[in-house]
Amino acid sequence: MMKNVTLVLSDGTRFRGKSFGYDAPVAGEVVFNTAMTGYPESLTDPSYAGQLVVLTYPLVGNYGVPPFTIEADGLPTFMESERIHASALIVSDYSEEYSHWNATESLACWLKREHVPGITGIDTRELTKVLREHGVMMGKILFDDEPDNIPEADYEGVNFVDRVSCKEVIRYNEGTGKKVVLVDCGVKANIIRCLVERGVEVVRVPWNYDYTDMKYDGLFLANGPGDPDMCSDAVEIIRKQMSQSTKPICGICMGNQLLAKASGAEIYKLKYGHRGHNQPVRFVGTKQCFITSQNHGYAVDANTLDFDWEEMFVNMNDGSNEGIRHTTNPWFSSQFHPEACSGPVDTEFIFDMFVTTLR
Amino acid sequence: MKDETIKKVLLLGSGALKIGEAGEFDYSGSQALKALREEGVETVLINPNIATVQTSEGVADRIYFLPVKPYFVERVIRKERPDGVLLSFGGQTALNCGVELERTGVFAKYGVKVLGTPVSAIMNTEDRELFVEQLNEIDVKTIKSEACETMDEARKAAAALGYPVIVRAAYALGGLGSGFADNEEELDKICEKAFSFSPQVLVEKSLKGWKEIEYEVVRDHYDNCITVCNMENFDPLGIHTGESIVVAPSQTLTNSEYHKLRALAIKIVRHIGIVGECNVQYAFDPKSEDYRVIEVNARLSRSSALASKATGYPLAFVAAKLGMGYGLFELKNSVTKTTSAFFEPALDYVVCKIPRWDLSKFRGVDKELGSSMKSVGEVMAIGRNFEEAIQKGLRMIGQGMHGFVENKELEIEDLDAALSEPTDKRVFVISKALHKNYTIDRIHEFTKIDKWFLQKLKHIIDIDEELKKVNINTLDKDLLRTAKVYGFTDFQIARAIGLEKELGNMHKAGLLVRNKRKGYGILPVVKQIDTLAAEYPAQTNYLYVTYSGVKSDIVFENDKRSVIVLGSGAYRIGSSVEFDWCGVQALNTIRKEGWRSVMVNYNPETVSTDYDMCDRLYFDELTFERVMDIIEMECPHGVIVSTGGQIPNNLAMKLDAQNVPILGTKAQDIDGAEDRAKFSAMLTDSGINQPEWSALTSMEDIDKFVDRVGFPVLVRPSYVLSGAAMNVCSNEDELERFLQLAANVSEDHPVVVSKFIEHAKEIEMDAVAKNGEVLAYAISEHIEFAGVHSGDATIQFPPQKLYVETMRRIKRVSRQIAKNLHINGPFNIQFMARENDILVIECNLRASRSFPFVSKVLKINLIELATRVMLGLPIEKPSKNLFDLDYVGIKASQFSFNRLQKADPVLGVDMSSTGEVGCLGDDTNTALLKSMLSVGYRVPEKTVLLSTGGAKQKVDMLDAAKQLVVHGYKLYATGGTSKFLEENGIANTRVFWPSEEGMQPQALDLLHERKIDMVVNIPKNLTVHELTNGYKIRRAAIDLNIPLITNSRLAGAFINAFCTVSLEDIDIKAWDEY
Repeated sequence: MMKNVTLVLSDGTRFRGKSFGYDAPVAGEVVFNTAMTGYPESLTDPSYAGQLVVLTYPLVGNYGVPPFTIEADGLPTFMESERIHASALIVSDYSEEYSHWNATESLACWLKREHVPGITGIDTRELTKVLREHGVMMGKILFDDEPDNIPEADYEGVNFVDRVSCKEVIRYNEGTGKKVVLVDCGVKANIIRCLVERGVEVVRVPWNYDYTDMKYDGLFLANGPGDPDMCSDAVEIIRKQMSQSTKPICGICMGNQLLAKASGAEIYKLKYGHRGHNQPVRFVGTKQCFITSQNHGYAVDANTLDFDWEEMFVNMNDGSNEGIRHTTNPWFSSQFHPEACSGPVDTEFIFDMFVTTLR
Repeated sequence: MKDETIKKVLLLGSGALKIGEAGEFDYSGSQALKALREEGVETVLINPNIATVQTSEGVADRIYFLPVKPYFVERVIRKERPDGVLLSFGGQTALNCGVELERTGVFAKYGVKVLGTPVSAIMNTEDRELFVEQLNEIDVKTIKSEACETMDEARKAAAALGYPVIVRAAYALGGLGSGFADNEEELDKICEKAFSFSPQVLVEKSLKGWKEIEYEVVRDHYDNCITVCNMENFDPLGIHTGESIVVAPSQTLTNSEYHKLRALAIKIVRHIGIVGECNVQYAFDPKSEDYRVIEVNARLSRSSALASKATGYPLAFVAAKLGMGYGLFELKNSVTKTTSAFFEPALDYVVCKIPRWDLSKFRGVDKELGSSMKSVGEVMAIGRNFEEAIQKGLRMIGQGMHGFVENKELEIEDLDAALSEPTDKRVFVISKALHKNYTIDRIHEFTKIDKWFLQKLKHIIDIDEELKKVNINTLDKDLLRTAKVYGFTDFQIARAIGLEKELGNMHKAGLLVRNKRKGYGILPVVKQIDTLAAEYPAQTNYLYVTYSGVKSDIVFENDKRSVIVLGSGAYRIGSSVEFDWCGVQALNTIRKEGWRSVMVNYNPETVSTDYDMCDRLYFDELTFERVMDIIEMECPHGVIVSTGGQIPNNLAMKLDAQNVPILGTKAQDIDGAEDRAKFSAMLTDSGINQPEWSALTSMEDIDKFVDRVGFPVLVRPSYVLSGAAMNVCSNEDELERFLQLAANVSEDHPVVVSKFIEHAKEIEMDAVAKNGEVLAYAISEHIEFAGVHSGDATIQFPPQKLYVETMRRIKRVSRQIAKNLHINGPFNIQFMARENDILVIECNLRASRSFPFVSKVLKINLIELATRVMLGLPIEKPSKNLFDLDYVGIKASQFSFNRLQKADPVLGVDMSSTGEVGCLGDDTNTALLKSMLSVGYRVPEKTVLLSTGGAKQKVDMLDAAKQLVVHGYKLYATGGTSKFLEENGIANTRVFWPSEEGMQPQALDLLHERKIDMVVNIPKNLTVHELTNGYKIRRAAIDLNIPLITNSRLAGAFINAFCTVSLEDIDIKAWDEY
């Protein structure tokens, strides 16, 4: 029997549901994601650290979970990192049975194995509307048969990047080609895969590692969770790098924000973020538009960009910034996820753009 | 940016509804016309389907009720001189016509620009070889396919590929003439048929058992691309997608699979160069990520209509704008009105499409489902879980089912065989198998349906089993809620807990559960379809009802300003686009008069379910339970039950019992017309004649009655749409067969048997009354004598051959009936007339199938008038009437026998037409010729085969035969007919029946050798013997695509028409020019 649970939001709103994952109370920032596929990828995306993830698509668990195999280069075959990073999963209709040739266990088994709560039976549409109106909120999942004794969680002001970043330097594709330093703020495996596939050597370094004295051809700033203002160390190092060289720099998501901060721009928190697979962006100055995968709660304030920086991509729904570039140097970044996983793969050309600048 | 040089655009419609090409093209065409209007572009429409919404006033600027054939389209182009033409909104009919016009240089000659996808790109998707070549260029895998032009080539190709193979005809709509072959014998059969439709057939390796996945893709001419929706077939490959249950979005694909296929779809669409909308179909390996592209439809399709309704993204509307030169980024999402049209909808619900078949209406038809389409309609159900959606959907198809469980027990001899050989009943076979404890693995073995779907179906069974353990007193809140969340109706629950048996009344049992449920506070909520999964605020009125939620998305005003119109449900034989037209006219009138218009309907092919046709659209069930839920939330001013055909009409009494305000004629008066005994007593009291009849409950009583009055007899169970209800039976066999069918339809009511008069005229009265006084009316006359179902008959309006006295009597009787039944709103009466005697056959206090036809010919919108009556608005009685018309309208029926393998294409027993057209002409011959050409007949070139039935029919046909000879036709005739013609001095060549073995020439040989251009085959009577004798000839004509007429009156009229009027003489006049 599934235990009865209640999701309590910080404004007092309550939703009743049942636990299908790990049976333990949990607190965190409640965010919603409108993607219709990709729960194994999303759960292992380090950018979800500290968050209770609501899926607006109601049927979840249909195709189970693929095996957690690791490739020769150390990257997981099907996942985006070595474990689940989201604090909990909130769905409307968990599918207890699954069916897929590549599945080895159910979503429930996996969540239990990794001690991550999952709840079902929630009116996720109503919950999404509450979050949309109020903005993201902190929330707790409480078990009806247990006292409410878990501490309130914090999201802002917490350095989640430090929690999920690698602790030491890791190398991929060693000695094969151009060398790229990848700053790991919580990098998704597919960013590394996309770089490796393009024949470059990747040197993955911790988020606050000073790489400015290293010998390399380009710098890649990865995605990551939480508030970019917590990462001033990383920003300082980027700034130092930009002051001493015009080597190519590319960034994704948090990387876009860190690059913007390093260039002097400001960041603000969106009311409820962009999380999903259907976010439209326009390549500024062209008639080219792309459907992108996104997962971010903060955005670059384009009005604060320095005179030698410009917007490269803009969100077609709300006009928020989706990428910046330097007017003369090969420095650019995207707020969306060209590596997808999960989501549409239409913007993978960003990696090609970056790799061609490495000379 | 918009192309400013395009000021006038021609749009080609799809013509009559037929299997494979139905209401979805009324929807897409209407959307396109709306988009063009918004741009200030003048629009010209060619579509003979007079019952459609797109051919209504105010949709296109100019409407031609003409065949969508190159000859007529060219003449319209010559006259109208449009700047551009849209080919992709009228299905395969419009596309084929457009390709032909491009090939023959007509567009170039008149400087008409093809808007949207260029014709060369269309041809690249239509010609299989070019298509494979195109996809090879970009390394996209297609099904290995050999194009063959002879039987020998086909045999060789099949042997090389290895059986099983699939055979398709090139350039054919909806899989026409295609099929699977397991061996050479089967291959020969399929190929012969396929070659009759197309000079080229394609032999392919069969991928039976693979998943079938579709993507709807949109591209603008700046090369921006989106996929609006993907869909997954519940039934694996091997069953035509039109025959499949389909879900959106896909349920069993991982992220990597979903996006692999999505990226491929975009790659394909870019390479082909689509501008507008396109559909890509895949076969997908259930055990790896291997795939094949099945086909690409470079036009709006049934799937795109479904995708539009499933997502709220108006594909046809956007495609038309892109055709005008816009980029996707220049358009807005028409649901949110603030965000961009360049996006991909995120769904937060699941939709389930289920086909509706009417196979029981066709004698001898092959019931097994396969690679060609047989369904006549479809429904779409929306839920927050799969179980809810599919249970809703199974109710919506309207075949007496209550969901996945708690239906009347199916009788199946061999369950294993029934699982592996899919028929229209397969999903219920699965229900039975699960109840019999078949494991999911075993069912999967037989059906190849993905286990995920089977697991979900098993879940419904599990809940059902839980329910069976309790009774009304022990039914607890949790279980009741669970059952509701997973799509159980109150009635299903009542039956599961034994309440129906206990009370002996299904309606009462359902009500009791309803009360108990409400006592527990278990109530449904209303959710919006907003395209963005609630991410952005949307003021959308596109709604569905669910139990899987805690709060409604909308706030109800409780101001009694809502007027609810109940729609007509799934298209089926006897009820289709004409009721959609009626519903839309009612909505328009309600809106115009300042009320809040609310529609309840669930048919994705319709215009009435386009969310901007009304102020609030409930895309949901038309069951008593759901309609009551909606009424209780809406607190409407009133409900209109008379514009949606029989489904809403049947709810009138039940709703009335719940004190629901029904607008128009009172429920008790509706009952007075529906209840045969009451109706008959009323007629007798008023001195109105009717055929002798009796309400009977046993076969014995029926036999006694028939012995007394003699065959033929008219048989009808009460309260069923005339489509299935009223039937003429000419012999014992037929009577028995029909009664079995009828018993399945309705058990609660006795069967009414009436004496039937032969060689009588059948006449229809469509009218609107207020407080029992007739305000406007239309009398129309069947060309065929009574006995051909009114839905299959060819109808002329105004009547051309009725005595003035007959008309007068009909008016008098109609006035009397209207008065007696206190009619407020639309009604229809059917009469039989012989000499000047008129008899009332039946009366419906609702709009009938012919309302759009007579409204448009008369140019008085009878539904608008009726709606004004029902709203209690002041009415000015129209001054015009049918005697003022100096032109003729002819409504002809479209049959789809070519899709219904093995079915006998003979008329009279059940209604069997799937659609109709209505054309206008300055005289009967012109109008008839236009409408017959519109439903696929061709004027024969040289030869006609006659076998003209009994003595009476032979005489009937004599003049026509003479005329044919005078006009240089060579006649072939079978034995009796040949002799009769000879005796009357008409030269002919005798041919032999298949049963006359060894004699030459054989009629069938001549058909196969294409030496016959038209077949007139009139069965003497409908005995089995007679039917078998002519069956082979009729069926061969259908399978070989040779025009066939089986009624002497119609054959005579058609022959007279084409012998009198030549194609060049046909006037090309728009509707407004009459």
